[in-house]
Amino acid sequence: MSDRIFGGIGLMLALLYIWRATIIPDSFMSDAVGPRAFPYGIAAVMALSSIWFLFKPDPEPEWPRAGRLAEIGLAALVMIAYAQLLPELGFVIATAFAAAYLTWRLGSSPLQSVLIGVGTSLGIYAIFHLVLGLSLARGPLGF
Amino acid sequence: MELLASLGDGFAVALTWQNLGLALMGCFLGTIMGALPGLGPSNGVAILIPLAFTLGLGATPSLILLTSVYYGAMYGGRISSILLNIPGDEPAMMTCLDGYPMARNGRAGEALALSGVASFVGAFFATWGLVMLAPQLVKVALLFGPAEYFALFALAFMTLGGVSSTNQAKSAFAAALGLGLAMVGVDTQTGVPRFTFGEVHLYDGIDFLVAIVGLFALSEVFIFLEHRGTDKDASTAPKLNIGRITPSWKVLKSCTPTMLRTTVLGFIAGVLPGAGASLGSFISYSMEKKLVDREGTFGTGDPRGVAAPEAGNNAAAGGALVPMLALGVPGSGTTAVLLAVLLSLNITPGPLLFTQNPDVVWGLIAALFIGNVMLLAMNIPMVGLFVRVLMVPPRILMPIVAMVSFVGIYGISGSSFDLMVMIAFGVAGWVLRKLDVPLVPVILGTLLGNAMEVNMRRAVTIADGDYSVLFGSWLTLALWAVAIIGFVLPIFVGGVVKARMRGAAQREAAITD
Repeated sequence: MSDRIFGGIGLMLALLYIWRATIIPDSFMSDAVGPRAFPYGIAAVMALSSIWFLFKPDPEPEWPRAGRLAEIGLAALVMIAYAQLLPELGFVIATAFAAAYLTWRLGSSPLQSVLIGVGTSLGIYAIFHLVLGLSLARGPLGF
Repeated sequence: MELLASLGDGFAVALTWQNLGLALMGCFLGTIMGALPGLGPSNGVAILIPLAFTLGLGATPSLILLTSVYYGAMYGGRISSILLNIPGDEPAMMTCLDGYPMARNGRAGEALALSGVASFVGAFFATWGLVMLAPQLVKVALLFGPAEYFALFALAFMTLGGVSSTNQAKSAFAAALGLGLAMVGVDTQTGVPRFTFGEVHLYDGIDFLVAIVGLFALSEVFIFLEHRGTDKDASTAPKLNIGRITPSWKVLKSCTPTMLRTTVLGFIAGVLPGAGASLGSFISYSMEKKLVDREGTFGTGDPRGVAAPEAGNNAAAGGALVPMLALGVPGSGTTAVLLAVLLSLNITPGPLLFTQNPDVVWGLIAALFIGNVMLLAMNIPMVGLFVRVLMVPPRILMPIVAMVSFVGIYGISGSSFDLMVMIAFGVAGWVLRKLDVPLVPVILGTLLGNAMEVNMRRAVTIADGDYSVLFGSWLTLALWAVAIIGFVLPIFVGGVVKARMRGAAQREAAITD
């Protein structure tokens, strides 16, 4: 079933791709092929393989239970929050929080998580910024 | 002789303190990354690419660092195979079969040392193979026009699924996805934006480094989150006694023919498109088992069963560099990542690389020889150190991997937008892996998409809009024929090979070789 759903999504993606390709504007410069031909070819391959999934799906993969799925979703959300807050909070603080969350969810106890989070953050800061001189996001506190 | 002179120049490039230091660092980090289950050569190299850029390293030093990581990871993969029965990366899968039983018999140190020597033999001769073969391939490649290149790219995509692929439709889908992503951005030929949805950040296209780090490194973090606390968790394996860490001469001698045979086989597997290191080690092990296993000792801790796959996969790693450097078309995941490095450094791999940037090519090859010696020196006496690194549990390791990925990508562009794209790729990579869609074609598509389109348009434009030029010469026809055979063949034999590879190893490991 998963493969059929995947095939359906793939087919929609291919159609969307073709539609977006048809509305590529023309330019005053042009070659014999134009900017649309190659994308059409790609979309055709995508559509054909998606139709294949619809008719000949593979055996069902082992999906995680709902709890684990939520786990992955939450981790992704935390990463998104991290990406957004990084310039606001600065590298050290944002990273400590994100690393602590991830190690907690991977099975560290709460106290350990805090220590590992702070340790990871400071360790990366020391190696990448202080030793290697990489510029990391600076927060209001200057680090 | 010309070759030796070039190689000599290469050594002159590589033998600076900075380059030696980078090679040493790369070998060390690579071995660690190869050894840690969940970090393979592709993710290892992927994580370090942004670092090489933000450090402002030039082309040759960056490549030296990253290929040392590549070779190092090929060495490192065996450590956890032998000690924990968990392959550190996919090519090391076959090493589990005899390595772990050897360790259980109290010969862990011997197995580690022997496999280190086998890795050295494989990588050393494969690097010589690279020296010999790449310039020959360049001569052929100089005959290529745009139409031939288009056919060659098609060949790369159609054979990438490889002999071990179970579902060619999924490889095709992955390639189309990657190519489709490459189209995003301003069209280089006409200057019109395509598939940007009006988002200014997308006008430059999607940075393939962002895609690579997201797909390889972040998706691995999600996989670990999914499997925490289940039997796939690596942290619960029993501890083993290492024993003596030098192989006896008797064992080495008995393994020598095995190592030499499998080196040749592995190298060929590496050069061929779509085979790669995993297949190299698999074929090597199977062949040796058929040839020399008269007493039925393979699988119970036979030293030859440790030497065969290790020589095979390291030779394949060297072989895989041949098409990447000579044609600009990689045949495996990690060489695709290395290609990304070259492209980001504004170096176009392919036949012209050898004439335009001989210092890069020969410096790189010399660095491979140097790195190989360093790895041998590092991997025998210092193996205990790497073993200790293996004890770092994933719950500490994976957050570090995630954070270093963020640091690297943020270091390149300093934009949160790229980080968001990377997370999207991470989640997509997880879903695709669950659905058994290979990730390497996606990467290769984003990397080569534009070059493929440009060659196609150039060929057709030169022929005044006549599309038949794409099949117009004997060379293109030959390439298309190989491509079609490479695509169709796995449909008939792929399931069998894959099932045997899977059945042989206990655990499905990292994504790529």
